[in-house]
Formats: sequence, structure tokens, C-alpha cells
Amino acid sequence: MAPSPSPSSTPTRSTLTLRVNGEEHTLSVDHRTTLLDALRERLDLTGTKKGCDQGQCGACTVLLDGRRAVSCLQLAVAAEGREVTTIEGMAEDDRLHPVQQAFLDLDGYQCGYCTPGQICSAVAVIEEHAAGWPSAVTEDVRPEAGPPPLTAEEIRERMSGNLCRCGAYVSIVQAVARAAGTGAGRPAEGAESTEAAA
Amino acid sequence: MTTTTTSTRTPAEPKGSVGSAHTRVEGRDKVTGTARYAGDIPFADLAYGWLVLSTVARGRVSSVETAPVLEMPGVLEVLHHGNAPRVDRDFNGLMGVPPDPTTGLFQDDRVPHMGWPVALVVAETPEQAREAAETLVVNYEAEPHDVDFSGARPDAYALDGHMPAVTEKGDLEEQLAASAVVVDAEYTTPEEHHSMMEPHAATARWDGGRLDVLDSNQGATWVQNDLAKLFSLDPGAVRVRSEHIGGGFGSKGLRAHQVAAVMAATVLQRPVRVTMTRRQMFSLAGYRSPTTQRVRLGADADGRLRALEHDSLNLTSSVHEYVEPSAGVARVMYDADAHRTVNRVVRLDVPTPTWMRAPGEAPGSFALESALDELAEKCGIDPIELRVRNDPERGPVSGLPFAGRNLVACFREGARRFGWADRDPRPGLRRDGRWLLGTGTAAASFFAGAGPSTARVTAEADGTFTVRIAASDLGTGARTALALVAADALGVPADRIRMHIGDSDFGPAMIAGGSMGTRSWAWAITAAAGELRERLALSGDVPPEGITVRSDTTEAVRALAQKERHSFGAQFAEVAVDPATGEVRVRRMLGIFAAGRIINPLTARSQLVGGMIWGISMALHEEAVRDSGSGGLVGADLAGYHVAANADVALVEADWIDDPDPEDPVGIKGIGEVGIVGAAAAIANAVWHATGVRHRHLPIRPDRVLLAGTATGTDTGGGADA
Amino acid sequence: MREFGYQRATDVSGAVALLDADPHARFLGGGTNLVDLMKSGVERPARLVDVTALPLDRIEPTDDGGLRIGATVTNSDLAAHPLVRHRYPALTQAVLAGASGQLRNMATVGGNLLQRTRCAYFTDVTGPCNKREPGSGCPAARGEHHNHAILGASDHCVAVHPSDMGVALTAFDAVVSYETADGPGELPLADFYLPVGDTPHRETALPPGALITGVTLPPVPAAAHSRYRKVRERASYAFAIGSVAAALDVRDGVVRDARLALGAVASRPWRARAAERVLTGAAADAATFGAAADAELAAARPLPRNGYKVTLMRNLIVAVLTELAGPTRPAGPAQEAAR
Repeated sequence: MAPSPSPSSTPTRSTLTLRVNGEEHTLSVDHRTTLLDALRERLDLTGTKKGCDQGQCGACTVLLDGRRAVSCLQLAVAAEGREVTTIEGMAEDDRLHPVQQAFLDLDGYQCGYCTPGQICSAVAVIEEHAAGWPSAVTEDVRPEAGPPPLTAEEIRERMSGNLCRCGAYVSIVQAVARAAGTGAGRPAEGAESTEAAA
Repeated sequence: MTTTTTSTRTPAEPKGSVGSAHTRVEGRDKVTGTARYAGDIPFADLAYGWLVLSTVARGRVSSVETAPVLEMPGVLEVLHHGNAPRVDRDFNGLMGVPPDPTTGLFQDDRVPHMGWPVALVVAETPEQAREAAETLVVNYEAEPHDVDFSGARPDAYALDGHMPAVTEKGDLEEQLAASAVVVDAEYTTPEEHHSMMEPHAATARWDGGRLDVLDSNQGATWVQNDLAKLFSLDPGAVRVRSEHIGGGFGSKGLRAHQVAAVMAATVLQRPVRVTMTRRQMFSLAGYRSPTTQRVRLGADADGRLRALEHDSLNLTSSVHEYVEPSAGVARVMYDADAHRTVNRVVRLDVPTPTWMRAPGEAPGSFALESALDELAEKCGIDPIELRVRNDPERGPVSGLPFAGRNLVACFREGARRFGWADRDPRPGLRRDGRWLLGTGTAAASFFAGAGPSTARVTAEADGTFTVRIAASDLGTGARTALALVAADALGVPADRIRMHIGDSDFGPAMIAGGSMGTRSWAWAITAAAGELRERLALSGDVPPEGITVRSDTTEAVRALAQKERHSFGAQFAEVAVDPATGEVRVRRMLGIFAAGRIINPLTARSQLVGGMIWGISMALHEEAVRDSGSGGLVGADLAGYHVAANADVALVEADWIDDPDPEDPVGIKGIGEVGIVGAAAAIANAVWHATGVRHRHLPIRPDRVLLAGTATGTDTGGGADA
Repeated sequence: MREFGYQRATDVSGAVALLDADPHARFLGGGTNLVDLMKSGVERPARLVDVTALPLDRIEPTDDGGLRIGATVTNSDLAAHPLVRHRYPALTQAVLAGASGQLRNMATVGGNLLQRTRCAYFTDVTGPCNKREPGSGCPAARGEHHNHAILGASDHCVAVHPSDMGVALTAFDAVVSYETADGPGELPLADFYLPVGDTPHRETALPPGALITGVTLPPVPAAAHSRYRKVRERASYAFAIGSVAAALDVRDGVVRDARLALGAVASRPWRARAAERVLTGAAADAATFGAAADAELAAARPLPRNGYKVTLMRNLIVAVLTELAGPTRPAGPAQEAAR
């Protein structure tokens, strides 16, 4: 874009093309419009939820170019040219994404409001881990230490950007572990198992 | 694994749906994002309302400068006390008490607290509405305010809520004097907020002469009834729907946003949506009052209670009397020769508190169950044994028999599974690296009741069944549980049941509250389904329009005998405390509950575990801090108000013992709230076991742990010097 | 939020020119702080210049064994980079201790350094705040301040800087590079943040309109053996109430090199030079570590309700140094021993 010499003449709207779940949408947006509001109010993709609108809860998590981000702090105009994936884009036709299926089977939710964000986040967590990214609870972050195993503790830390007030964390961790194909979700650590017979 | 939950089926029935794990009926919609919550439903011509809240804690609105804002792009209307439709505020709502004062918004110029709604800006887009609301200048005549809550308030007074303020028997001072061991301590809990993930949202519109409200609430007929009264409408002229609800926890009744949306929809004659911002929720959505509680226990050397006093003080607003009945828990849990309980309030210039998950029991159990632990320590008795010795035969205050009190069985089962027998009662002895370890326990109880409800069950011509009831599924799993109940009552598989809930057109029903929702609705569905089944047995022919049976449980519920009706539970926690930094981590929790027949073990476990996680959050994190100077909260958002994050929750398990209620048609008691009760006390008791120091003030923050140090004084690096 | 113009800059000089032309413009990086502040009304820019498309997203080794980190590198990419993890593990730990995975994917290095305090009085535009409205007063000094500054504050402002990343960068002598319409410049991070004094609204020494282009880390051999620890009021996704970044080079029981910086104690990441002076050349033992902490914290001026931070920071400094001086490699959270 060419620099505009006069601030007063700066337009406050733009026409842009958003690429969401593989589909392109051209729309005129107020620059104040967040990606979250564009999805919800303009594209009727209301699966992405507004929990705080301040980046403090994670309910609005989507994938931007495959990486998780909070859409409430992402201006729609600044998302042009990026690939947006929302909860509506996770399932393939009628087949749920393995993370979705695990949340459903293991009851990784209650009210369901934080769930789309949890699932988008979990999909990214599994990929971040596969890419060898350490976390704040990784014992040794040095590359020579090798990638950390995706333990329950690692999942908890990595999923902590998604608050769940119903308190579904225990089954969320189990669901992420199941979808990631690790054993981390199984109740362990000395206490008796009361695993749900889902 | 305890499998007793499956043994409560009526023996004559084939294996039914109730008691076996079922994923949620609406689960697929929730994991794919297709479940529409109140703010997700599109309307052509929708306008957006943005509330403007007061920036003074007490005073009057002297003027609202609407003209410049009405000139702003997209702005349609500014409603305030000078121009808003009038409403009738003088009534008792469906819950038997006046509605929250903020539902009488824009009726006069009074500002009774910081964050009082003073205007609504309506615009074509949310961006325009927000900017206009932030630009709107409201002038005030401020008055001095008083928001300081403490146990020493001379203006506190005893107040009846849904229970008497004071109960008293015996001579307390005489029994205390005669006691070998006395505990006398003050406990405090802070202001706590529901903080459900879905903010309150409502869309109102007039549709063919009817007011149609798409809302997120805990009772569609409740909001319908109260809106009708407020706007002097026939209840039949109001329809309220609430299909999916992103959590409620006591906060989602009639509040300012629905009223503002109806006002604006009426003035503009187009659909208007009003959504609370997260910050606004901290003023408008209700909250749990802080409490200051004094507990005095006197006991013989063997731990038998001679004296029990539980005195609780909470705050309320200057415009509404709300009692947080924390002393009520002692009326159920323990008897003593002298027994006194008092609930008191003090009125301040603050927003009105309300019910929040386990009102009374949650803060009350923290105080009472901490005091029991202190008594056990002083007597040299195991905390579980102390509770067993003081387990009453009848209601300590009422004298009524218990409709099942399986508390001791919960402790026995929990102790076995938690490994309690191996516990060394002495504090401050266990260490794992930088962490001191400790374990604690506490009892839980919550009232088990039922409310009148109506339901309609239809046998469809295709062999399926449709259930219609104005129930609310806040995430409790009610929709699924009710389908299982209906299936068993009809003697068909659960996949033949179609559930329709959350619509006031379905007729009166109990709200999702007081742990009574699922029980009350199941009762009505069981009654209707039973009658329908009899009719179908007489004639198998179903006409194309189906056969519908309607039930009303008002008489049946009223006929319940007076008893002490409660769910019970035993909470166990293991914590790790770093005395050098004050960090506390809950390593594992186990809760064993006696909470009636469990309909769906999968979702019931989630709900009980969720309650226990609320207990972790209450014990360690949650605290809203009010600034004396401004009268408002400091950091009223989810970064300033901490609820437990995933990393705070390690192994939390809930299970139950066989405990069907024989006087309920399905055997249900209710599980929505008992999970949080006692959980914070179990954690605080475990922190004592780890460190040797009692923490009587929640939350148990790092600074408090650091300053309190450890009983032995080791490893704190001089914790007491700051 | 007021209406604003938006432009995406494609080169550094263009970005600087755009900002230079408009005093009410702001650079937009990941937006995790700026957009939030615009929503709360603290920031009301007339124009945003999006710098995320600038070619400043590389992490490259410098010839002398340090690292040059582009300003638009995301927090996630910084933390995951093998050279960062190998040479400055405490920097990775610090970044990972901040915010959440989502926010770290968005937030940039430049934006992180320029983020504003999370003091609740600062973000609540309905009340006074000297940092937001100079001269309006500091309600935190008499109000809720249990997480406010104990070092370097003034009567005018007691807020703390919220960055975790900045604490590690400060410990390792990072230098900030920037570009202005008049050309490029550099500022050591130690001089980047201005003292609070009576001008808490002036936070950095960057010239007006300057664009941060990158951060350079010099070679710090001791940093290969470094550690960041953060204490907060829940286990994750919360700002620090106290944090420590430290590196220690111990040979034959003697401290050869020590780097120490503290977080959540001052208006800027706090380089603990007094402690470093005590440590360097002294025996690597508990007495030295305690004396080092005491030397740094002697300047502490706690507020009525945050005195615990002095104890917390003393304990945390000693714990981290003890751990680093131990016989084993830097341990993870599960293995820390506070003895």
C-alpha cells in the first residue's frame, strides 16, 4: 500500500479477502473489526466464541496459517492473505477430527462454550509438540536434550491458554492425549483409576 | 472402580439407559461449533446495544450528553433515565424475591454503586456501538461512598434469607467453659465471580405482537415471567428461548442486558442484541459476597462437640438485601449441646451479590470444615474419626430425620482409595525436592430438593418420542440425562428420544439452580412418560399428530414429607507447598459423594470434578479486590481475576456410593453444587499438614504463604520479616 | 475504539516514513497488547502501520557467537529456535513462561519490549493514572498494589514491567536496534527503559517515531548454563509476581561470571548488578548467594502491601543460583530444590 501523506484522508475501512477454511470471502470491513467479529458477525461462523474479547481466555482461538491465535486481538484487516482455520473447518465432511472425536467421547467439556477454542488449541498443541517445541514445564529446553514427551503435565501447560470455567480440564487433557496417541491421558500417578466407560 | 451406580435400576425393568455412560446428546454440535448460543443467532436488521456503566460509586446522574453521540456514524438511539420506557420494579419474581436491582435500569437518576447501568447506546455495528458508548459523556453528582467490608462493621444486622437468620439452642458460653478443647477462629473468603465463559447475551424483538427473547439463562420461564411483570405484559405475550448456555453457576437470571434489549427493541422496533463485556460482567452479573465467619467449637477430650457457633457476615448492596447463608451449613452438619448459627449482612455501596455455585455451603464449609480440622489437631484425633464421632442422627437444628445421610460411608470409601490410613497426622514432615507435601480432608453437603415442573411427552407416529420441557442445560448434561430418564420411563432405547428444552412456550419448569434442575425435570418427565406408556399399552395406535401427555408435579412435590434432605460427600486433597516462594499446587484430589442416583456417570463425573476444580480455584486463586478510593474493582477481567487454568489441575477424581433417594421417582438428589463444598477446606487443611500453618483467609496466595512461613521455620528464608 | 487508518508496510524505510508523517500513528506488531489497549481506550491511534510483513523475522548467528533477532520474530519462534535454546536457554524459558501458546504465536520481539504495564489502574480509563494521564495521580500507591514495584519506583508510579522475555534479554546484555527517519540507532537494553521519576508516561529512550528492527545478543558463554524461574498466582497464563533470569559460570567452586536480572519488581526488567558484583569472584555457596541477593535488595522500598516481594525475590535468587551452581545441568521445574 502506498503511504498516505494526510492522516485525515486515511480511509477507516478496507475491502479485503479473507481466506477461511479454504474459502475466500471478500468483504468491506471497518478497520476496528477483529477477526473474531468478522467471523461471527459477517461470515456467520459463530463457532468461534467471544469469552473476554481481551486475549485472556482463549475461547476465540483459531488457526492462522496453521498456528493457533486468539482472534479477538487479531484485526481482520491484518489477517488478509493468511489462511484462517476455525472450528467449522476441522471436520472432513461428516468425519470428526480426531481431537473433536476425543472431546466428544471423553466428555472434554461441559457447557461447550470454550470447546471450539480448546479444540483448535489442541490441534495446534499436537503439531507444536511434533515440531519439537518445548514448553514452560519442559525439563531441559536445550535442543540436545531432545523433544519432550507429551506427558499430562506438558499438555496441561500447553493447554493453559484456554480457560474452562466448568472445570473440564481433566478430561480435556485425556482427550488431547488420546488424539495425540500418547498414554498421557490415562489416569495414573498412584491413584486408582475411575476412567469413564465412554 | 465403584460400579454401584448401575445397581439402582428398578429390578423389574430390562437394562435401561439410566446409570450407564452416554455422551452428550448435543455433543457433536458442541465439538463442531454448530451449537448456537444466545449471541450466535443471526437476524436480518440486527442492531447492537452497548451498555454504559457509572464511573462513580454513589450519587446521581446530573446529565447525559446524548447529542454528540447521536451524530456519530451508525448510532440509532441512546437510552437513559430521561427517555427509557418505564418498567414496574415493584414485584417479587418467580424466585419469590425482587429481581436484581439492575433490571430496573434507566428508571431514575440514582447511582447506587460503581458499574450501575446509566445508558444504552444502540448502533448498526458493534464497533460503532462500542465507540459511541465510550464517547458518551455522563455527568454525575458524586456522593461519598462506603465499600469497606470487615467483620467489625457495627452496622451489620441479622437477616433472614430463604432460611432464618438465627438458630439457637443451649447455653453456648456454659458449654464452651465446660469444654476440654476449644477452637475459636475467624475465617474470611473474598468476593468471587461466576466468570462463566459465555458472557450474558440477549436478543430481543417483537414478532407478531409477541416479545421474542433469545437469551442465555438458567430458566426460560423464570426470565419470561419476570420480563412480563417488569414490562406489564401478559406472560403469554413473552417467549424466552435459551437452547445452549455457556455456563451459569447462579448468575444467569433476569439481568440488565435482557431488559435493555427489550427496551431498545421496543423503541426501535427492530431486533436488538445486548451482550455484556467481560469487564461489565464484574458489575452487572452478580457475584458471591465476601464473608467473614467466626467459628467457635468446644469439645470433650474425645472430640465430642459440646458447643458449636457459626457466625457469618456478608455484604449486600444499598438497594437489595441478599444473604449468603454460610452459617446454614452448620445446621446440617454437626450437633452440639449448645448450637448457635447466625447469618448477618451489612449494606454497602456495591453491586448486589447473588447465588453462586453452592451459595452458603461453599464459603460456610471452608470455615466450618477448617475449624473441625483444627479441633481434630487439638484433640489429637484423626479428622475423619472426629467427623464420625459427631455425625448426627437427626437434623441438629430441625430435629427432622435425614432422608439418607451417607457421609460416613463416603469418608470410609474415600479414605480407602486415597490411602488415608498411611497418613502421619503430624504437619511439616514430608518433602519432595523444594516442595513440602500434605494431605487434608473435609466434608461436603448440599441441600437436595425439587421444584414443581411441567413436561410434555409425545409419542410420535414413527415410533419415536419427543420430550418438551423448559429445562436449561448449562453444561450440566441435563439434556442428556433427561433423555435417559425418559427412555427408561417409556421403556425404549435412548436414541428414540428427541429432547426439546430451553423454551418458555413449553410451560413452567424449575430453573437450573439449587442442584434441583435435573431432579425436578426428571420427575415431571417420568410422570408424563409413565402416563403415556399406560395409554400406549391400552392402544398401540398412534395418530399422525402423535399422542401427547402433559404432567405437572406441583402437587407431588408439595406432598414430600419434611425431612433433612441433602447430598453428602468427602473431599480429599494432597498439596505441595514451596515455602521459599509461597506457591501451592494441588497434586491430587478425590471426592466421594452420596448424591442420589447417578443418571449418566460420564457427565455426572464431569460435573462433580468441575465442582472440585472450583474448589481448587476458590482455595488458591479467586479474589476480586475492591478499591476503597474509587469503590470499583481493581483488575476486573480474566487476567486480574484468576480462575484455575489447566496447569493448576492435576489429578482430580470424583466417584460416588450407592445412595438413591427412595422418595424421588428416579432416585435423584442433585450433583450440581456438592462438588465444590468442602473442597477449599480440604486444600487448606492439606496446606496446614504440609507446613504446620493454618490459612484461614482465602485465597491461599503465594504472598500469604510466604509471610506465614512454616511452623518449624525452616526453608522460608526469613519469611516473617516482610 | 475510535476509527483508524491501516496500512501494511513492506519495507523498513516505508514504515518509518509512514509513522513519521503522522504523530497519531502506531506500529502494529502482533497486536496482543496494542489492540487490547485500544479496546480499553488507553490507546487511541488514528492510524496503524502494520509491520508484521517487514523482513525482520529472522534469527541469525552473529560472527562473534551472539545472535541477532529480528523485531517481528514471534515469541514462539524465538523460544523454539535451536540456537536460542542452546546458547541462552533462560531466554527460551522466559518466553515460554509468558502468556499462552496462542499469544506467543502472535506477539513479536519488538512488541514485547514495548508492551505496557498491566497495572489495573493503568488499564482502567475511568480512574486516574500518571502513566496514562500525566499529573492525574497514582491510585495504586495507596490502593491495591500487592503486585507492584519494590525497586526503582517513585511517588508518581509504582507499576511493574510485565515482560518475561525482557528479563532474560536484560540479563544477557541485549542491544536494541532501531530505525528512524534520520537513520538507524542502537540502545543497550540496560538504557532502553527510562527511570520512572516524575515522568512515568515516558517509558523508553527510543527517539519519536523509531521502529525497533531487532535485538542483538552478545556472546555470553555463561548463558549456556542459565535458568529463568517465574512465580505467579496460578501455575500458568498469568503475569509474574516475581521472576529471576540467571546465568552462572562456576569453576573450581568460584563464580567466574554471573548474570542476574529480576522481573515484576520494577518499571523495567531489573538488572541486578549489585548482586553480580558480590557474586563475581566469590565462592559459589549459600552465603555468597544470600549476600548477593541482600546486596541487590538493599535498595528495595516496598509499599505497605507488597513487602513479601523482598522475601520472595531473596528466596528466588538464592534458589536459582543454588540450582545453577549445583553439580547437575539446569534442572526442570520438577527437580528444583530450594535448599
